[in-house]
Amino acid sequence: MEKRIAAPEILAEAPAAASASGWRWVGIVAIIVIAAALPFALSKYHVFELTMVMIYAIAVLGLNILTGYNGQISLGHGGFFAVGAYTAAILMHRYGVPYWATLPPAALIGFALGVLFGLPALRFEGPYLALVTLAMALATPQLLKYFDTWTGGQQGINLVKPMPPAGLGIDRDRWLYFVALVVLLLAIRIAANILHGRTGRAFVAIRDHPIAAAAMGIDTAKYKTLAFGTSTLFTAVAGALAAIVIGYVSPEGYSLFLSISFLVGSAVGGIATIGGAIVGGFFIQFVPNLANDISDAAPWAIYGLAMLFFMYTMPRGVVGTLGPWLMRFFATRKTAAPFAARRSEGA
Amino acid sequence: MPKRLMVVLVFAGIFATAGGGVCRSGEYSAGASDSEIKIGNTMPYSGPASGYSAIGKSLSAYFAMINDQGGINGRKINFISRDDGYSPPKTVEAVRKLVEEDQVLMVFQSLGTPPNLAIRGYLNDNKVPQLFVGSGADQWNDPKRYPWTMGWQPSYGTEARIFARYVLDNLPDAKIAALYQNDDFGKDYVNGMRAGLGDKAGKMIVATQSYETTDPTVDSQVSALQASGADVLLTAAIPKFTTLAIRKVYDLGWRPTQFVNSVSTSVGSVMKPAGVEKSAGVMSATYTKDPSDPRWHDTPEYQDWLAWMKKYNSSVNVADALAVYGYATAQTLVAVLKASGDNLTRDHVMEVAASLHDLRLPMLLPGITISTGADDYAPIKQMQLQKFDGNSWKVFGDVIKGSGR
Repeated sequence: MEKRIAAPEILAEAPAAASASGWRWVGIVAIIVIAAALPFALSKYHVFELTMVMIYAIAVLGLNILTGYNGQISLGHGGFFAVGAYTAAILMHRYGVPYWATLPPAALIGFALGVLFGLPALRFEGPYLALVTLAMALATPQLLKYFDTWTGGQQGINLVKPMPPAGLGIDRDRWLYFVALVVLLLAIRIAANILHGRTGRAFVAIRDHPIAAAAMGIDTAKYKTLAFGTSTLFTAVAGALAAIVIGYVSPEGYSLFLSISFLVGSAVGGIATIGGAIVGGFFIQFVPNLANDISDAAPWAIYGLAMLFFMYTMPRGVVGTLGPWLMRFFATRKTAAPFAARRSEGA
Repeated sequence: MPKRLMVVLVFAGIFATAGGGVCRSGEYSAGASDSEIKIGNTMPYSGPASGYSAIGKSLSAYFAMINDQGGINGRKINFISRDDGYSPPKTVEAVRKLVEEDQVLMVFQSLGTPPNLAIRGYLNDNKVPQLFVGSGADQWNDPKRYPWTMGWQPSYGTEARIFARYVLDNLPDAKIAALYQNDDFGKDYVNGMRAGLGDKAGKMIVATQSYETTDPTVDSQVSALQASGADVLLTAAIPKFTTLAIRKVYDLGWRPTQFVNSVSTSVGSVMKPAGVEKSAGVMSATYTKDPSDPRWHDTPEYQDWLAWMKKYNSSVNVADALAVYGYATAQTLVAVLKASGDNLTRDHVMEVAASLHDLRLPMLLPGITISTGADDYAPIKQMQLQKFDGNSWKVFGDVIKGSGR
């Protein structure tokens, strides 16, 4: 989680920066090209599965901003996911809003609720905050049933399936895949902008040492609330997308287990990384099914074993552990020469 | 010479294929072939509703027996049952996998109201039968809007009306309290009771309390209902909470006339865990034979059932009503598939399912039969009242036909 860079490495990073970022761009473009081509090579069902992976990735990305970068633990993000889902469902079902137009309101409501939730959360730290958010996760299914004139209660709401634009010649599943892909890329871009800038540094400073951060002039209350709002915005958008893709919302779909899944996905992927969210999405979507295929009798034992395996071998998550390792691999290869040159000059 | 041999071989090949076609000229949709019928299912093997998984086990066990006996018209049943944990998004995923990857002929007996609501649109859009839904909600009998979706058991509302009939006839001055699960399943009972009582409902129903499936107990609800002074209690709950309610009622020293809903009448998983001294006297309605009732024990129907339970379904308690439920639904499907003959297209199977006429099943109560029609997607519409005597359920009175919808 912490990233302490030793002095010599900083020196090494400067000359390597240009070529490393070049490699990085090649990698990013390659990934996007593969992601765009993939649905045409897969069956509709697998496309649907990957769409869900991306949706979970967006939700986990939201959680990473809060828990990974800002150090606030949330066990209640399933609740914000549900808020997004029901925002989309109610807008589509009651007001006939087209599916794509439900994403901005879901984002807005997610952000507003997150900020409201973040205000009292300022008083709580670590496990205490986790408990407060746990309340959110526990209350969500029941609140959804209570306001049944809006939410349809236990029976939930069936949504009209979105149609791909006419003339594009692709089916609904592939179209929704691209919708999710665009939203995911947008989410990653925005998250990267926030986290790699001034705001992100403030988030991390508060996580690492709140008193020192305050002493440096960072408004901790403001940034903690902002982290909460940003985080729940992402998760709510993911929830709205999930409702659109599944075509149905009901309280059973947003149990406490969903919130825990997000946290597991976040930890397995790498809690303070952006790429880890995608790994987390894969974990949430596939590991329970895989566990079920391996053993009908004890799927959750297999799930638990998978979690233990990841946490033991990669304690900082897949991306958190392998990422720096890969970076170093590329960086040393590229920087070996100039280093040698400089040394020989000195000698 | 080799050329002529080849010609002969080609002709032989053509005749062989043609011959194969003649001896079994089957018509098939995805999921059916000369050798196999693929049936898909989702079931909560994990999660809060996992008590129902006994149904899934029983379905698998029944099809295993059918396959050992040579299958249906020579075709083996490949029953693919997936865990959805009672979570609708998971059900959607599992059913899409069943339809698109496993290519099943139909989805059969998927369990639970919300999970089935979540997949109803998808299955109807894709014209895949959603047969004999594992839920008693009224909504599965809607052939005009959902011609591919059909229920099986008597609806919850029908059952509550039968309770109301009994109260009106035998306890005209009763004060009724209701404990219900806070969802449509629970509310269907309360509403059915109200409808059954008619204009007396307002006076007779003195208190209602609800619980959530995530609640640890229903103690406070039961205490509040007792305080209302009611002398009749309707508990519309899933098995775990029915057990808790029966125990609490007894422990409080409250002795109302108790009705429990038919999904929670299992002797093995509700009555015995509650304590038989506490559950004795509880009433319900039923349409299946109670396997622990000795009056069936000498009948050939029971003996067949027992033999199947012992050989194929030994992991489920012999007294478990859910095993009877699974047995009877599987038999209904087998009857439909048999009657479909060699025409195993989705259209035809649905047509056959919607033209059952007075089908009698060995473990349904005498007098209760299964009938469907193009505008009647409610296979079972009759029930009989029953009372738990501390050991088994005893039916009494006549078979009553509920109004269905």
